[in-house]
Amino acid sequence: MGIVDVLRHSFWISWKDLVDLWRNRMALVMLILMPLFMMVMVGYIFPNESTLEGSPIGLANNDDGPLGAAFAQQLSLVAEQTGMMELTDRDGFDDIKEGILEGELFGGVIIPQDFSANVLSNGTQGTIELITDQSNPQMSLTLEGVLAQVIDNLGTQNATLMVKLGLNVSLEDAFTIVKPYAVESRGLVPGNPSYFDFIAPGIMAMTVMMSVMTGLPHAISYEKEFGTLDGMMVAPINRMAIVLGKTLAQTAMGLIQGLLVLALAILIFGVTIQGNFLLVLLLLILGVFSFVGLGIVITSFAKDEQTASMVLMTLMFPMMFLSGVFFPIQQMPVFMQYIAWSLPLTYATSALRKVMVLGADIPSIGTEIIILLVFGVVLLAIAVPLFKRAMKM
Amino acid sequence: MDENAIVTKDLTKRFKDLVAVDHVNINVKKGEIFGLLGPNGAGKTTMIRMLCTLTYPTEGTATVGGYDIVKEDGKVRELIGLVSEKMIMYDRLTAYENLKLFGKLYNIPKATLDERINHLLKLVHMEKWTKSQIGTFSTGMKQRINVIRALLNVPEILYLDEPTLGLDPQSTSEIREFIKKLNEENDTTIILTTHQMLEADMLCDRVGIIDKGKIVALDTPANLKRMVAGGNVTSVDVNVTNLTPEMTAALKDMRNSISVVQEGESHLLIRASGDDAFDDIVDTIRQRNGKIASIKSLEPSLEDVFLHITGKEMRAEVTKKVKTYDGGHGPGSRPARRGR
Ligand SMILES: Nc1ncnc2c1ncn2[C@@H]1O[C@H](COP(=O)(O)OP(=O)(O)OP(=O)(O)O)[C@@H](O)[C@H]1O
Ligand SMILES: [Mg+2]
Repeated sequence: MGIVDVLRHSFWISWKDLVDLWRNRMALVMLILMPLFMMVMVGYIFPNESTLEGSPIGLANNDDGPLGAAFAQQLSLVAEQTGMMELTDRDGFDDIKEGILEGELFGGVIIPQDFSANVLSNGTQGTIELITDQSNPQMSLTLEGVLAQVIDNLGTQNATLMVKLGLNVSLEDAFTIVKPYAVESRGLVPGNPSYFDFIAPGIMAMTVMMSVMTGLPHAISYEKEFGTLDGMMVAPINRMAIVLGKTLAQTAMGLIQGLLVLALAILIFGVTIQGNFLLVLLLLILGVFSFVGLGIVITSFAKDEQTASMVLMTLMFPMMFLSGVFFPIQQMPVFMQYIAWSLPLTYATSALRKVMVLGADIPSIGTEIIILLVFGVVLLAIAVPLFKRAMKM
Repeated sequence: MDENAIVTKDLTKRFKDLVAVDHVNINVKKGEIFGLLGPNGAGKTTMIRMLCTLTYPTEGTATVGGYDIVKEDGKVRELIGLVSEKMIMYDRLTAYENLKLFGKLYNIPKATLDERINHLLKLVHMEKWTKSQIGTFSTGMKQRINVIRALLNVPEILYLDEPTLGLDPQSTSEIREFIKKLNEENDTTIILTTHQMLEADMLCDRVGIIDKGKIVALDTPANLKRMVAGGNVTSVDVNVTNLTPEMTAALKDMRNSISVVQEGESHLLIRASGDDAFDDIVDTIRQRNGKIASIKSLEPSLEDVFLHITGKEMRAEVTKKVKTYDGGHGPGSRPARRGR
């Protein structure tokens, strides 16, 4: 009755579950479709670019002077060259507003009447008005950013030209006088991770852990209800072998789903793994381990399969959103952060992200690994006696 | 102690307010077939589950093969085999795979296991179906595999919880013969639960009648029947050549009638109580111009024993349980009386 026996028995139990799954075409299809849906859904509903592409923008030039026309021309040039915007001529605010309301425009630019006059004779700044659509904050924000930058660049160009003419220096020197400081951001690894690089590790961790968490209580209560669990319970095997066998099979299924997510992320969304692939696998398994005790506790308490699934879904849902899978935890309210830091998924996600996006190795995710291990051991220590008791009621 | 395979001591199981098994004290001798006979909800399955270490007793205890069912449950498990009410089979696994899986859980070496599986499959004439998935089998075929599954570890003690439930007459008799043979050839101690009198009568060396969790009688089938032979119940098999439904109804309505069951076209199995029972039966038939071809007096059955002891009919409560095939009663056993 040593550990070898436990492992051997659990191997056969998981063998049974996997053969069973393999011959159950419907379940197999669902197993593959679930991560597919998940990925496509998350991949496409979340904006993965913060630039514009062919966005229809209304331009109203109400200025009589030369600067307004020049500005409009420059803006059209930028629009043409970058392909970010498609400019259409509009009369003014009301016209643009109507365009936005009717869905023809994403936003608008207004050059006010006294634009040239202000700059040329009044000695004040020429103000460009941006019209944004508040019902679409994400788009407005992007538009605002892009347009502000374009306008700023146009201003810089003008200033540079004037300085060059006025001081009679080279164009580069003139530019340095106008814009003496520059910013260059540099990440920890080369390349420019997208939002998808950010969420892919979390979605993977979530998929694997959810798969095991929902699969395990299902698998055990199902066999209990059908009476086949008695066949294992009446055999002289360690009760742990039953739990372990079930968990192994569920983990294998979860990993298949997780790897599908990864494959899709790489193939369709261009995600890259900076770190070691084996480390990614290890973290996924560790994530399952950290969590599996909770599944067993729930299985032990729930009377039947349905109750178990319901309790789990209720727990899983907030966990998904609080574990930093979709939003960085640091952006959450402090109270929520405390909750987030008490969820194992948080650590699995964070470690996976470090490995996949930043190419971290084991020492740099040591804390997460230890925390996940502790979660796992503590939860299992609670779960196993409960399970043994519950199965004999 | 030595000659007893199972000894229970005030074995009790409560589910909240319900006492499913109530201070049961029985000894099952080594090598005997012991029957637990009782209607639905009597506590048979609960009793078996405690003796299999599948559930804890709330009070009292029991030893199986000399081991305590709670403290030495691991030891007990090595000695026993279980054919439970629900089949322990995986539909998407083949017969061989199912047997292999459970064999592996008993640490049987591969060569021995293969040999044993082949041998057992032959015994129940299933060797042709080794590689077919269980899901494609008929209930009878499934149950054969289910029974030999419980024998993989060559158990000293075998529990059979309603092993012929839902089987057709042929499978039923094959399973019964198999049980008998197993007991005779391997000296396996068998505990069998059933609500079928005939099954208990045919197979069991001793029968414990269980009702509402209590053992109300325990003896050999012959002794049990002798006990009621002096009782005031008349059992007859009447052959009425021109039998009509009205006649049957009238017999059922007789004040001392216990049960009236039709067998075939013209046979009625009638049981009635009281001194005038025999006369009443004959009179009732005659009054309706029935032509009696023959009357046979029947030996008291275990059913009479149950009635005698508990004062109530067992059948009426029992039949709702029969699942797929109604022939589970087997030849000679009688379907339930309708209504009350
Ligand atoms: N897990 C349980 N929880 C609550 N009550 C239970 C449980 N198992 C059995 N019972 C109750 O205990 C009583 C005895 O049930 P048991 O299954 O032992 O009867 P049985 O003699 O096997 O009947 P049957 O012929 O229907 O199989 C029944 O009233 C049943 O409802
Ligand atoms: Mg039962």
